[in-house]
Parts: sequence; structure tokens; C-alpha cells
Amino acid sequence: MGAMGVFQIIAYLAVLLALAWPLGVYMAAVYGGRRTVLSPVLGPLERLFYRAGGINPDRETSWKSYALAMLVFNAGGLLIVYLLQRFQGVLPLNPAERDPVGSFSALNVAISFATNTNWQNYGGEGTMSYLTQMVGLGVQNFLSAATGMAVMAALARGFVRKQCGTIGNFWADMTRSTLYILLPLSIVLSVVLVSQGVVQTFQPYHELTTLTGESQTIAVGPAASQIAIKQLGTNGGGFFNVNSAHPLENPTPLSNFLQLLAILLIPAAFCITFGKMVRDERQGWLLLTVMTVFLAGCLAVTAYSEQQGNPLLEPLSVTQKAMEAGEGPAMAGGNMEGKEVRFGIANSALWAVATTAASNGSVNSMHDSYTPLGGMIPMWLMQLGEIIFGGVGSGLYGLLMVAIVAVFAAGLMVGRTPEYIGKKIGPFEMKMASLAILFPSVVTLAFTAIALLTSEGTRGISNPGPHGLSQVLYAFSSMGNNNGSAFAGYGANTDMVNILGGIAMLVARYWVMLPALAVAGALASKRQTPPSQGTLPTHTPLFGLLLIVTILAIGALTFLPALALGPIVEHLILKQGGL
Amino acid sequence: MSTQSMKAVQPLITGPLLRRSIVSSFTKLNPMHQLRNPVMFTVLVGSALASLLFVAALGGDGDMPAWFIGAVAAILWLTLLFANFAEAVAEGRGKAQADSLRAARQSITATRLKEARRDAAGESVAAEGLCKGDIVLVEANQPIPSDGEVIEGAAYVDESAVTGESAPVIRESGGDRSSVTGGTRVLSDWLIIRITANPGENFLDRMIGLVEGAKRQKTPNEIALSILLAALTIIFLVVCATLLPFSVYSVTASGSGTVVPLVVLIALFVCLAPTTIGGLLSAIGIAGMDRLLKANVVATSGRAVEAAGDVDVLLMDKTGTITLGNRQATEFIPAPGVDAKDLARAAQLSSLTDETPEGRSVVILAKTEYGLRQANIGEMQAHFIPFTAESRMSGVDIASRRIRKGAAEAVESWVREQKGGFPAPVRQAVEMIAKEGGTPLVVAEDAKVLGVIRLKDVLKEGIRERFAELRRMGIKTIMITGDNPMTAAAIAAEAGVDDFLAEATPEKKLALIREYQAGGRLVAMTGDGTNDAPALAQADVAVAMNSGTQAAKEAGNMVDLDSNPTKLIEIVRIGKQLLMTRGSLTTFSITNDVAKYFAIIPAAFAATYPQLNALNVMGLASPQSAILSATIFNALIIVALIPLALKGVKYRAVEASVLLRDNILVYGLGGLITPFIAIKLIDILIAAIGLA
Repeated sequence: MGAMGVFQIIAYLAVLLALAWPLGVYMAAVYGGRRTVLSPVLGPLERLFYRAGGINPDRETSWKSYALAMLVFNAGGLLIVYLLQRFQGVLPLNPAERDPVGSFSALNVAISFATNTNWQNYGGEGTMSYLTQMVGLGVQNFLSAATGMAVMAALARGFVRKQCGTIGNFWADMTRSTLYILLPLSIVLSVVLVSQGVVQTFQPYHELTTLTGESQTIAVGPAASQIAIKQLGTNGGGFFNVNSAHPLENPTPLSNFLQLLAILLIPAAFCITFGKMVRDERQGWLLLTVMTVFLAGCLAVTAYSEQQGNPLLEPLSVTQKAMEAGEGPAMAGGNMEGKEVRFGIANSALWAVATTAASNGSVNSMHDSYTPLGGMIPMWLMQLGEIIFGGVGSGLYGLLMVAIVAVFAAGLMVGRTPEYIGKKIGPFEMKMASLAILFPSVVTLAFTAIALLTSEGTRGISNPGPHGLSQVLYAFSSMGNNNGSAFAGYGANTDMVNILGGIAMLVARYWVMLPALAVAGALASKRQTPPSQGTLPTHTPLFGLLLIVTILAIGALTFLPALALGPIVEHLILKQGGL
Repeated sequence: MSTQSMKAVQPLITGPLLRRSIVSSFTKLNPMHQLRNPVMFTVLVGSALASLLFVAALGGDGDMPAWFIGAVAAILWLTLLFANFAEAVAEGRGKAQADSLRAARQSITATRLKEARRDAAGESVAAEGLCKGDIVLVEANQPIPSDGEVIEGAAYVDESAVTGESAPVIRESGGDRSSVTGGTRVLSDWLIIRITANPGENFLDRMIGLVEGAKRQKTPNEIALSILLAALTIIFLVVCATLLPFSVYSVTASGSGTVVPLVVLIALFVCLAPTTIGGLLSAIGIAGMDRLLKANVVATSGRAVEAAGDVDVLLMDKTGTITLGNRQATEFIPAPGVDAKDLARAAQLSSLTDETPEGRSVVILAKTEYGLRQANIGEMQAHFIPFTAESRMSGVDIASRRIRKGAAEAVESWVREQKGGFPAPVRQAVEMIAKEGGTPLVVAEDAKVLGVIRLKDVLKEGIRERFAELRRMGIKTIMITGDNPMTAAAIAAEAGVDDFLAEATPEKKLALIREYQAGGRLVAMTGDGTNDAPALAQADVAVAMNSGTQAAKEAGNMVDLDSNPTKLIEIVRIGKQLLMTRGSLTTFSITNDVAKYFAIIPAAFAATYPQLNALNVMGLASPQSAILSATIFNALIIVALIPLALKGVKYRAVEASVLLRDNILVYGLGGLITPFIAIKLIDILIAAIGLA
């Protein structure tokens, strides 16, 4: 990875942060119910929805009613996706004549898309009809994303409400998230992607005869529209099986750059939105800085590790050095297995880190083929609970749960009842934050253990030894934190993995979302404590550092032993010349 | 200001206490007791499990040598005992103090009266049988049976048993000195007292309850911390439990080594679980109460002490807190055409029988400034006119001379009645004195105004520094005074308080507190009078003076036995220390885990993956000694930190971020590094004696 790779990464981060600010400000206006530039166009449409649904957007509810509405709505979405898969054989828009999906597999997929995980136990072009992809998966890509955003908006309100029982109107938040944020961005992005050659058609698959005279089926479909939201909504579920490594899903450097941007755009912007909503922009910038610094650190490890390549190749006189055209044959060097040559190490590593930092899960390279440490970082980013950018909305509320823990420890250390953004953190908030942090980790570890103990769980392992453990751990880290990224190499479409994974996804989603809403409700009912000299400021580099250390501590202490038996020992074996 | 008991430096632990604490460490192993603390309860279960494994290993059924399993089990039991010991020592220290108080009160009999008259019929009852509303008679040399209010009589009372102050104090009916505390003793005369506390609810009972662990209620912060610790414990439980299947898979996959022994997983779990803070948590809380008691403050709840650490605003009375209780004459300003000496003489004459401190200060000033000796009152046939609230003047009539001194308006109207005038320069002097925070007293003889005496509030020594300290703590100070705004502003500026409430009435005080609370501030208040009671009841932290009325004491949630209003600084410090000690030890406990991982993970899995020995950065001698070293460190660190838990982390009045930075460096970074060194040293020791 030469200077060009480094430059691309820096340019990427710069553009990301530059776009996050205006979008964040815009989103704050949307959630505040204020007029925006798009109001003249979308306002009538928004009001139409409210009239049709009999909703008064100004009628706010308690956190419990908010949560109930959210659960009912998500359950409905889940059911629809399940039924669409089961009956796609008899439903229209099925030119490739796909059969109904098996029941456990369909259930796993339905949970996966309703929870914004987009874990795919199937290959899109080989399993799903166009109708299922569009009406089922595509719609959920919007709605599951909007759900996370709505919950985050409600939590932000909790910080500014004073002794008040309500945190917003779920239906209004959903409508606004979808209509004002996700839809416009998706439309713009899909059109640009189409211009880059991403396929968007209802035509059936193409049957071609190759130059060597063999026949080949080229899968096509309405991909561009789905890919835009797949990235923007941190969904990650590819239209095609190999996801964004597929030339029709991600054809050009520009499409790659834009999709990468789309992965982190809304999560980054939400930090700004949060700062705006709690009327202290510094808080938002601090969270964004923490995320960015953490991402950069992880990226450095993965990129370095990939560029070093495989030490076992050294004695075979294989050059793994990156070389510019002048020095010899121009080559990326390093570990290129499982990576697209057109993306190289910089853009593959960047994507791998971004997609796992955010709970996106789309891939443009195969993480299974990464070096042990290079592949450990994406896995660990998921295990942290998807809080470094994380899912749209969900990443930030997840990080705020950790911030509550950090604030608590820090607050005690300065001798005051901990306060965060003017709200005192008491036993209830602590209980909820602990639940939110605890459960995804517990589920990830416990289900990995169950899978490793059963033959059905270990059957799908393609590489035995420590790498096999990594494969299973990766799969459950992905589902147990709503990422959806797959390590590949692990055959996960068995009944047991589908069921365990389904439970993991539900727990990871709602066992974080409900505590977050409960915290929102509890904070809203408290009085606001104005800062004094004894108050610990939470917008300073010192607190940022403390937050990073807290994230590291929780992540490392929880997963170090498991990682030691997977990627770490694999790395050590490799270094010492073993296989 | 410091109290007697604080001066004596006590050893942390003494012989009898040590013995009692050791005994109590074992009795506290009772699972029902351990259940109160989930972290230590899991350690108890782990220890029991390890002991069973030891027994099985002795019977030849073990995956590790029996001596090793036995050693681990023994260390785990020690961990528990050490934690129990910490709690026992903290309790014992508090109890020792409570016991001496309790002894003072035992087997007191009291005379209960049918009516509140000294000669009313009475019966003899035990002090424990007295209820709220009972009326008792206490004669000289009898102890006061319970908390109450004097309704008749006046007496000298020895309160040293409660306050440690040996000088007797006057207690009398009516006014602000009517409250008495159970356990104190009447030295002279007699008192009729209405009992104000039911059995088991009085002052001493509450004090004893707070320092005895069993009755101590957990405070909100303590509960929140317990939740966090429980969550961490669950995480580590799952981490260790899932290592077994991971190990099973790894052994199968690599085809080498053996599955990690159960005892190693138990050891790893106990090391990782936040046992350091978990074991010291209750000791910290008890010790905090104990420190408060040592500062001669009795709190009715632990919650109030914690809240003290959060105080944003402090309201305090001017008189007795900021200024000495009385004003003093500092200057005579004569009217035009009047000799200063004449003014001084007239002022002195009018004050001769005025026994108030103000009156005396006038006499003294006249003597020191102008050498005027006190005239003999008896020779003068003088008729003294005392001060009344109505006339707002006092004075003296000697033969035909009529001298008056008093408030400017009162004297002015008196002079005008006699067709006299009020000179403009005098009026200016009056206004100037008021503006500068003093109190002007105008002196007049018949129809002639002689001049003005300047009475000035005298600030208590060192009060400015105390306010500066409060400011550094982030606490805003507000002076409450009945003075007019001009006077109040001047004194406020001189004392360095941040704000003041002038012409204060009970309603105004209450409104001010509510206003701050509505703005999200936590308000502390010190007070002693009955008219302070509503405000005390409203304040979040209310410190009543022991010398104050019963109403004030009941409205407050703390009572300062020394009746020292600036004691609040001490209370805030103790509250903050309590939280800081918990936070710092939690940080220390968690950062410790890093080193423990590096010790145990390679040791546990080296048989399967020898390559993992690369993680053995401490170069520990053998897997067994690594595990033993880590568990021994884990147990010993609890003992090592007992003094810190009892004394509390030092609090300095600096900015919060500075405090955080320093504590992170000491307890965070220290917690990261210390175990690496300590575990290595223990390992060297174990290897040296050839144990493992």
C-alpha cells in the first residue's frame, strides 16, 4: 500500500467528515419537526401519510408506548418478509422461478432484515425472487434503518427534556427518517450508481455464450436501488451473493468510493445531529472524533497486517512488496487473496473496517482470507457492539450506553454523582446501560460455544484449527451484534445456526434498543443539572480518551480469551512458521 | 474549628479490633451474608467448587495435581476472608465509637411527669420506654434520657458525651437553646423536657445504625456501582464458562494438549471479577460514615452524605457563620460643631448598662480611643432606658440630661419631637456607613444630634479562604441576612461570598432554595433557628447546628455536633471522598485484569497451543506458578487496599478535569502496571521456594 493508498484513506475520511456536518444539521431540523429545504416537496406527502394513518405527529408518547409501537411495527415487517419468502413461488415478479425459501432459513432472513442485520444465509440471485428482494428485503432496508434512527432521536430528546414524560412520536420519527433522510439520499445515490454501471432492471437473467463457447448465466435485477439503501441504512445485504465485490454491484472506483461513503455517512452525521439536539454541539463532535480515531487505529492494524502478507511465502522467494510501475511489475503486494485486484489493499481494508465498524456488513473482499490479525479487527469491531459509527442510529445509542458507563466511572472519580449532558446518571440508567452492553456479548460468546460443541455447528467450518474457531466466532459476532457481515468459508445455513442466529439477532437488536428507550424515558423525566466547576466536562480530549479506553476495556476484557484461541494463536502459529 | 476527636491520630486498627475482625471475617462467610454482594457471592461459589475439586483430586480424580487445586482453593477462600476482614474492620471502627455512646445511655431511669410542672406527680420509667410527647423532669446530676425540647427551666448541661466538648452549655426553654440530646447530663438546676423521639429513633440510635453495616442502606450511587459490578461479573462468568467449549474445540482441532482444567477457569474467573472493589465496597461506605462521625457530624442517611458531594449552592446565615455573632463599634463620627470626645462620652454613658456585645464594644471603644473611664453607675442616679423593638432606641436619663442612641430614623423622630434638627452631614454619615456594610447608631442629647457610632460586622478569621475553597470545589456560596441590601452587599463583598439574600424572611429563604432547585441545582443549607426549619426541610443537604432548636434539627438531614457552620466544607469533602474512593478502586480493579489475562491465558492454553506462550510477557516460571501468582495477587491486593478504603482517596479542591486526570493516572495507569510487577515478584518467590 503506497502513498496513493494512504492518500485515498485520508481523502475518504475528509470527505466523510465534511459531508457529515451539513447532513447532521439537516437531520436535527428533521427530528425537531422544523421546516427544511425539502419540506415544500415532501411536506404534503408527509401529511398525507399522517392523515392516512390517523396520526397526530405532535402527540408525543412515553417511552413505553414508543417502544411498543416500535416492536409491533417491526414484528409486522418481520412477518411480511417471512411470508414473501415462503410464497414467492406463487407471487409475481419471479422471472428466475425461485422456489419458496425453507422455513428456518426464511425465519432467519426475516429476523435478519427486520433487525437491520442483513446476515445472509442465502445467495441473493440464487434464492430470492425480484418481489422478495424489493418488497421484502428492500423495504426492510429502509424501515429497519429508520427504526434505529427513530430510537436515537428519541434518546437525544431524553437528554433535553426536563421533568417530562414523553420522548416523541414513533410514527412521526419513522416517517420523517424515511421520507426526509433515507429516501432522498437513496434516490441520489442509486442514480449515480446506475451511471457507474450498477444494474437496475426487471429483465430476467442473461444467458450468454462465452468466448470459449461455454454458456454462462449473468444474473441481473433491480440492484442499484437496493444497493443505495443497503449502504446508507447500514444494512449491508447484497443483491448478489458476493455483495459489493460483484462487478454489477460495485463496478468502478467511484462507485466503490461512494458506497464506502454511504456506509458511514448517516452514522457520522448522527453525532452532529445529537449535538444539535442536545444543544451542545461539542458533545456530538467529541463522539464523532472518538469514532473516527478508533476507526483510524483499527484501519491501521488491518491495512498494515494485510500489506505485510503471509510470512510463509517469504522462504518461497515470493515478493509481497508493494511496487509502483517504475520499480518492477506494478503490484499491490501483501495479502491479495480474497481481494479484488481493482480495489487493492487500501480500499479493501478500508471497506472491511468501515463495514464492520458500522453495522453494515457489505463486503468488497472476503474477510475469511485476511491475515489472522487483519481479519481479527473487523471481527472485534463487531464484538464491541457496533458502536464505532455502528448502525444508523443504533451505533450512536450503543455508544451512548458505553458513554454512560464511562461517565459513571469518571464521575465517581471526581467525587460527584455522575452527570452526562446535564442529566444525573442513577441506578436505573446504569442498569439499562449494563443490560445493553451485557447481552450482545453474552449471546455472542454463548452461541459460539454452543455451535462449537455440536456437530451441526462445526460441520460448516471449512478450515479446521484456530481458523475454524474464528469462522464460528465471526458468524455469531456478526449476528450477535446486528452486523450481518460474513467471514465466508463458514456454511451457516443449517437449522441450528439459523435458529441460534435468529435469536442472537433479536437479542442484539431489541435488548439494546429497549434499554436505550428506557434510558431516554428516565432521562426525560429528570431535571436538568446545569454544569458547575465541579462538573466533569464531557467534551474534552480527556473524556474522549477515557471513552476510548472504556470501549477498549469492555471489548478486550470480554473477547480477549476467545480471540486468543482464534486469530491471535493463528497469527502466532503463522509467525512461527506453522500452518 | 477542628474537633477534638479529629485531632487525635488513631491507628487504623488496634489489637482487640483486629481479633474481633478476624473472628467476624469467618462468620461473614455465611452465604446469606455474601448474597448481599453478588461479586463476592460468586467468589464463594467458586471457592466451594474448587474445594470440591480438591477433594475429588485427593481421591485420585483430578485433572491437575491435588496440591495445586488445594492451593488455588485456599487462595480463593483467603480472597473472601480478606474482603470480609475489610468490612469487619470498618464496622468495628464505627462500632467502637457507637458502643461508647451507647454505654453512656444504658439503664437510665427517668421521671415521667403527668403535667409540665416541677411539682407535678411523677413516676420512674426506663429511658427505653419513653415515647414522643412524654414529659420528663431531669434534675441536677441526672442524665437526659432521650432527645427532647426544654419546655420549662434552665440548666447547665454537659454534652461532652455527644460532642466531645467539655465546657457545659446552657439549655433553657424558649428561644434557640431549647433542644437537648439523649445521653447528655444536667449539671445544675433542673429541666422539664418534652421527649421528641420514639425509642430507637433518637440521635444516638441513628448514629449507631449508620456505622453498623447491617442497618446501613445502600445509597443510589452505591447501587448503581453494584449494578455495574454485577454486569461485569456476569460477563466474566460467561467469558470463563465459554472458554471450556472453546478449549474442547481447540484440543480436537489441533489434536494436542488437554482441555483446560475447571480449577484454572475458576481461578481465572475470580481474578477477572471485580473482587478488589467488590470486596472493599461496603468497607468504603461504612468508613465514610465513620469519618463523618469523627468530624462530629451525625447524618440521618447515607444518601445525604453522598448528596453533599454534589452540592452546587450553599446558603448560610451571616451571623455566626460569616461574621462573629456581634457587631462592634469601630468609629465615632461627630456631628458638625460637636467634639468627638463629647460624642464618645455620651455614647459611653448611654451604653453603660447595655450588656449586649454591641453595647460593650461602644464602652470599650470610648475607653481606648479617648481614654474615657467608665463612670460609676451608682453615683450618678441615672435612669437607664432599655432598648425595645418598638422604640428602636436605648439611652439614659441623668438628672436633666436625656441621652438616646439608636437607629437613625428613630432618633430623628425623637429629636424632631423636641423641635430639634437632623443635620445633613450626619445623614450623609449614616448613609455612608450603611453602604459600607456597617450599622449606624445615631446618638442624640435632648434636641441635639451629637453624631454617629459606626458598628461594624467583624468577619470570622479565615472565612474568605474557606469561601475561596468552596468556590474551587465548584460550590456557589450565598449569604443570608436580615440586613438591608446595601449592608448585605458590602459584607458579601468583604467576605467573598458569591451572592447574598438581604432582608431574608423564612418565606424568602424557602423561595430562593426552590428557585435554585428548579434550575437543577443541589442546595445545601446550614441553620439553627426554628425559623430556618422550613428552608432546612427543603434543602437537599441540610446541616442543623446541635446548639440549635429541635425543630431545626428535625428538619435537617445532618446535625453538626460542634455547631460549626463551615463544617459543610468537611461534609462535602467526605461525600466526595466516598465517591472518589469507589470510582478509583473500580478503575483500579478493572485495569488490573489486563495483567491477569497475560498471566493466565498462556498458562491455561499452553498445552494446546504452545505458541501462546508469546503472550507470557512477564516470563512467569510455569503455568502453575502463573495461575497461583495471579490469584495470590488478587487476594493480597484487597488487604493492601484496606487502609485506602478506610481513609478514602484524597480530595483536593481543584477543577474536575484535573482531578480526573490525576486519578486516572494513579488508579488507572497504576492499576494497569502494578499487577504486572507484583505478579512477577510473587512468581519469582514461588519459583524460589520451589513450589511450582
